[in-house]
Amino acid sequence: MRIVILGAGQVGASVAEALSSEANDITVVDQNRAALAELADRLDVRTVAGNAAYPAVLREAGIEDADMLVAVTQSDQTNLVACKIGRTMFHVPTRIARLRSHDLLDPVLLADENFAVDYAICPEQDITDYIGKLIEFPEALQVLEFAAGAVTLIGVRAYPGGLLVGKPIRSMRDHLPAGVDARIAAIFREHQPIEPDGDTIVEPADEVFVVADSKHIRHVLKELRRSLEPVKRVMIAGGGNIGLRVAAMLEKDYQVKLIEVDRQRAEIIAGALGDTLVLAGEATDENLLAQENIDETDMFLALTNDDEDNIMAASLAKRLGCKRVLALINRRAYADMVQGGPIDIGLSPAQVSIGALLTHVRRGDVARVHSLRRGAAEALELVAHGDKQNSKVVGRRIDELPLIKGAHIGAIVRRGHDPEVVYKDGLPSKEYIDRVIIPHHDTVIESDDHVIVFCTRKREVAQVEKLFQVGFHFL
Amino acid sequence: MRRFYPLLRVFGALLIGFSLCLLIPLVLSWAVDDGAHGAFDVAFASALLCGLALFFGLYRENREMKVRDGFLLVVLVWTVLPLFACLPLYLHLDISFTDAYFEATSGLTATGSTVLSGLDKLPLSLNFWRTFMHWLGGMGVVVLAVAILPLLGVGGRQLFKTEVPGPMKEASLTPRIAETAKGLWRVYLILTAGCGVTLWLLGMEPWDALMHAFSTLGLGGFSTKDASLGHFASLQIEMAVIFFALLSGLNYATHFLALNGRSIKPYLRDPEAPYFLGVLGLSILALTLYLLALGVFDSFGSALRYVAFHSISLATSLGLATADYGQWPFFAQIWMLFLGSFIACSGSTGGGIKMIRAMILYKQVYRELICAMHPSVVRPVRIRGNVIPQHVLSGVMAFGFIYMVSIVSLTLLMTSTGLDIVTAFSAVVATLNNTGPGLNLVGPATTFAILSDFQTWICTFAMILGRLEFFTLLVVLTPAFWRK
Amino acid sequence: MSRFYPLLRVFGVLLMGFALAMLAPLLLSWVWQDGAATAYDEAFLLSFGAGFILWWAVRHEKHELKVRDGFLMVVMVWTLLPAFACLPLLFHLNISFTDAYFEAVSGLTTTGATVLANLDTLPPSLNLWRGMLVWLGGMGLIVLAVAILPLLGVGGRQMFKAETPGPMKDSQLTPRMTQTAKGLWVVYAAITLACAISYHLAGMDWFDAVMHAFTTMGLGGFSSHDASFGHWDSPTIEMVAIVFMLIAGMNFATHFLAVHGRSLKPYRRDPEVGGFLLVTVGSVFGIALYLWALDTYPDFATALRFSAFNVVSIATTTGYANTDYNLWPIFAPLWMLFLCSFATSAGSTGGGMKMIRAMILYKQVYRELISAMHPNVIWPVKVGGKPVASSILSGVMAFGFLYMVSIVTLTLLMTYSGLEIVSAFSAVVASINNTGPGLNQVGPATTFEVLTDFQTWICTFAMLLGRLEIFTLLVVLTPAFWRT
Repeated sequence: MRIVILGAGQVGASVAEALSSEANDITVVDQNRAALAELADRLDVRTVAGNAAYPAVLREAGIEDADMLVAVTQSDQTNLVACKIGRTMFHVPTRIARLRSHDLLDPVLLADENFAVDYAICPEQDITDYIGKLIEFPEALQVLEFAAGAVTLIGVRAYPGGLLVGKPIRSMRDHLPAGVDARIAAIFREHQPIEPDGDTIVEPADEVFVVADSKHIRHVLKELRRSLEPVKRVMIAGGGNIGLRVAAMLEKDYQVKLIEVDRQRAEIIAGALGDTLVLAGEATDENLLAQENIDETDMFLALTNDDEDNIMAASLAKRLGCKRVLALINRRAYADMVQGGPIDIGLSPAQVSIGALLTHVRRGDVARVHSLRRGAAEALELVAHGDKQNSKVVGRRIDELPLIKGAHIGAIVRRGHDPEVVYKDGLPSKEYIDRVIIPHHDTVIESDDHVIVFCTRKREVAQVEKLFQVGFHFL
Repeated sequence: MRRFYPLLRVFGALLIGFSLCLLIPLVLSWAVDDGAHGAFDVAFASALLCGLALFFGLYRENREMKVRDGFLLVVLVWTVLPLFACLPLYLHLDISFTDAYFEATSGLTATGSTVLSGLDKLPLSLNFWRTFMHWLGGMGVVVLAVAILPLLGVGGRQLFKTEVPGPMKEASLTPRIAETAKGLWRVYLILTAGCGVTLWLLGMEPWDALMHAFSTLGLGGFSTKDASLGHFASLQIEMAVIFFALLSGLNYATHFLALNGRSIKPYLRDPEAPYFLGVLGLSILALTLYLLALGVFDSFGSALRYVAFHSISLATSLGLATADYGQWPFFAQIWMLFLGSFIACSGSTGGGIKMIRAMILYKQVYRELICAMHPSVVRPVRIRGNVIPQHVLSGVMAFGFIYMVSIVSLTLLMTSTGLDIVTAFSAVVATLNNTGPGLNLVGPATTFAILSDFQTWICTFAMILGRLEFFTLLVVLTPAFWRK
Repeated sequence: MSRFYPLLRVFGVLLMGFALAMLAPLLLSWVWQDGAATAYDEAFLLSFGAGFILWWAVRHEKHELKVRDGFLMVVMVWTLLPAFACLPLLFHLNISFTDAYFEAVSGLTTTGATVLANLDTLPPSLNLWRGMLVWLGGMGLIVLAVAILPLLGVGGRQMFKAETPGPMKDSQLTPRMTQTAKGLWVVYAAITLACAISYHLAGMDWFDAVMHAFTTMGLGGFSSHDASFGHWDSPTIEMVAIVFMLIAGMNFATHFLAVHGRSLKPYRRDPEVGGFLLVTVGSVFGIALYLWALDTYPDFATALRFSAFNVVSIATTTGYANTDYNLWPIFAPLWMLFLCSFATSAGSTGGGMKMIRAMILYKQVYRELISAMHPNVIWPVKVGGKPVASSILSGVMAFGFLYMVSIVTLTLLMTYSGLEIVSAFSAVVASINNTGPGLNQVGPATTFEVLTDFQTWICTFAMLLGRLEIFTLLVVLTPAFWRT
């Protein structure tokens, strides 16, 4: 595909990086020549310096032939204008814009007649939501959702004492209550991903990725470790966009303290938030952390704009007794460095939001794509279209499907054929019920099934996509 | 609970120290054989044992205390120590626990309100203990004010951080405080000795002299006589007491600096001193003329004598009396009580909101008037040229507000149980300011014994609230304090 | 002096307008032949004449008024208009100027304290005039509170700048304000009409209904009967009164927004409504229980009836009574006086420091407590979800302090002149909060007639001080104001 990316900031650079490795023609536009130069050195991309909202600049970037426009500059307004230009002047088929402001996520505003944004992504909101999920499952190292939340995948570290630890995976079914089923999607052991099968034995310190019906995920977690006490006290370092959103989201249900170094910013945030206790000071100040009872805090989130500060603050918090610490880390090098260290979770903001974006880039009817932690695997959610004649998967049993090494099916979400009566708030209504099926070798794939596939290698992703494509290609 | 262990360990140490104080009246009681030693034995033993249990039981918990623990420690000292202190009274005299605890709190907070009558016939050791509590409590307050509260930073207390001789380390209690405290104690001791000797030379019995010196320097007000200082009917004794009361109403840090540097310059530089003396002087003069005009006294001399004594006694929150001023025109009584709300200087053993806060409050109000006329003016509040930062100003204003709200709410509480308004109001004001006698039913000629148990507890609460300068106690009572 | 000419010109016009208001009772006096007509003739001629002369003399001085002139204007309106308003009373009744002026000020400041006895036999036109004073005073107040004081920016008033419907221009008094004022008057007049009709339907004759509608909406408290609402002994009438008193105790800007937008949302968004209703209704039930428990009334329903009427009346600073609540256990009337200090909302016709200031002051105190526990915390004081600027906070705190100091000082002055303390204190509190009756000698069953001239003037001063929100009056009394 030919893709024009506007903005060489963190999001733009990450998107460029993710897509350039997949045989796409990419051009990146930015006003900052240095950033562009650095990107061009690293990746196989074309760069154009200029204002992303100017038609001349866009033309130079090759927008007339582009299949997709990804507008991820720092300015919401620039992104909107670029999309409008992209559609009206250059007829770009797919236009994606990054929009920070909640106010702009108005469907009327984004409609084709107006700013013509096909898909809007808001990285800050994505990260905020993601952190929310991590807090909901304090044991988790990663939490992903598929099929509109019907299926959840959680990555946890296995500890001795977990029911499954030291036993083969197939024995899991024996412990789970009736009606609850789950699948181990991937295991990361000693810096290597492992493709699990029924005989694999889970060892302590393995990072295990489990997929199950969202309703049952807690039961499954118990297999792997003791559940932790629910989170009550959260401390956030950094009152920037993300810190503010996270605090606003959490303050209703948790006791939140937020540390911000800039006094004026602190006052603004304190005015905007409700129950959060806003403290003016440095998150790397030992005394401040100790004073504010860091040793009784359940979760510390280092969400400043500075990687180094985040790493320092999070490490310090952990050393001073905080139960779990999370740090936002943009630079890949740092992210790799903190693996296995005191910081429990290193979160790359760009990575979190890219997942949503990448789904639009991929072929086939791909609903969702995620990268698992540490590159343990790629998780794809694909829709099986067509029928037995024109599709390679519909109507076939799992064990009949062509084997792609390293790829296996983790779960299937099937919509009921007829709507059923469901009670919401006491009032009956008719809805289609989605059922989560953990497939076994004899499960048959039906049309319109959402199939969740795990691939241990990126190369397999293209093959899997091809498999699900409808039409001309035959085996 | 675990996080309170370092705190409790320190408290245990304090309790041990306190029990040693109980040793003095205990030995005295044995020596003069006044019959009260049984009670002191029990008090001493229980205090010592509890202290040892806490200190050695938690010996390992040597962690540094956080600033927040400081609050709780201060509150514990002033609420739990009276528990042990009241044992001699409770065990030896025929009074209820409510009354004994009230008396002990009145002693340690250097208030001076009493529920006891027949003071003249009390065992010597018990009278000694009562006034000794004043003396200890008074200095405890100075140390609290000058050394500890500034670290806790409440109610504008940070004001005094810079005034204190010697630097302070911010977040933990260090030996530097001990140095400051030692210096202050030295001054206190010297002044007390001076007062005791003076009173003895002027004709008091040695023990009476010592006990009244304790009471005067602590600005408490307990006496060994029912008739208070009026028993001695001596102008010279009254003047001596006035002199030492005035001294004790000034900032002890100033005394320390003056003694150390052997000069009177610190007195001139003290921002509160001129107002302290000025307001008092003017009040005395005006009140004397007023009473003279109304025919309460026959001569200027006798009017001056009684007005001066009682004005100074009530203004510095001492509370000793030489006449039943409850018979004077009501305005005079209420004016003197009013003085006790703000005259005493910070860093003294007196009560009330303290002169410096009164000064700041007035300057704030004046500033608001100026700002109303010139909306863009920038006009900071200054004391002796030093600008007072905004957060300290807010602290002082909040303090003033909570002071008045406390008076109003506690008075309302008292009247809800049927007490007449003048008694209720004056009892609250007298205890909140740690002055001592109120008006009407709790006036200088009677005692607080007529209050019901509920009313007595309200007064006890008021004494502690006032002595701990409100916020210290209120912080500990907010739920947010106990949530981490 | 010449810089005051524009001011005097405006004042002249106002005086003429005010004089025209006298025409109403004058006309009615002619129609009813109640004998007071000549008093009105003279009063009208004097007032209109004075206004006309003033205007004529400086009619060419058309400069715009500055903010500082605003202060003086406000003070002049409230101090000089009563001098003319009291003329009918002075001419017709046999009372001193002190008393007549007091009565007029009491009317215009919507206090409701009276020096007149035998109200039932007063010429109806005089009663009507008294009622009109309250009603006009209330209107003036709304405009003062919602439009003028925010421009003057005192006592935290700037906070209401943003809340008023319609834009405000900062440094000068412009026509925009008249738009706001007009809207509010329409609402005020409409509700008054509804009140009068309701009173009549409940059983009052038309004259009483109109007069009491005036004093109810103005939260004044003047009645045409000595026994106040006790005259009818009708729970229905009392219910009507309670409802309208509660309405008038809320911010009229909120009423305006609600009527304009035809929705109840403004009430929910108004930060004071919740506090006002909670405190008032809560007290009604609390006092009822208290009175019932102490057997003041035989059954709860009766206790509730009397508690509801009197508590709401005093809390909203109206000042009606339907029984001599001075006979109740002292806690109850004290609590009611306490309520009237802060219950009513800003922008209502009530008195006191206003609910919003009380809320801010409490949050300030709470903030100090939080700051003590978390020294680095940033914790803005919020009203209605939005943070309050620190300049406003200092203004509010200074106001609170000054308010309490005024009460203390004026009470001391009253006792100095020989008045018994409870009467003194309650007279001052009732006057400064513009409530009306106090306790004891100035209680609901008597009048303020018993006070000496000196004491009456103190109360007059207190009424003005309270109504002008203290700072406005004090600014004009500072020398700095008169220096250019």
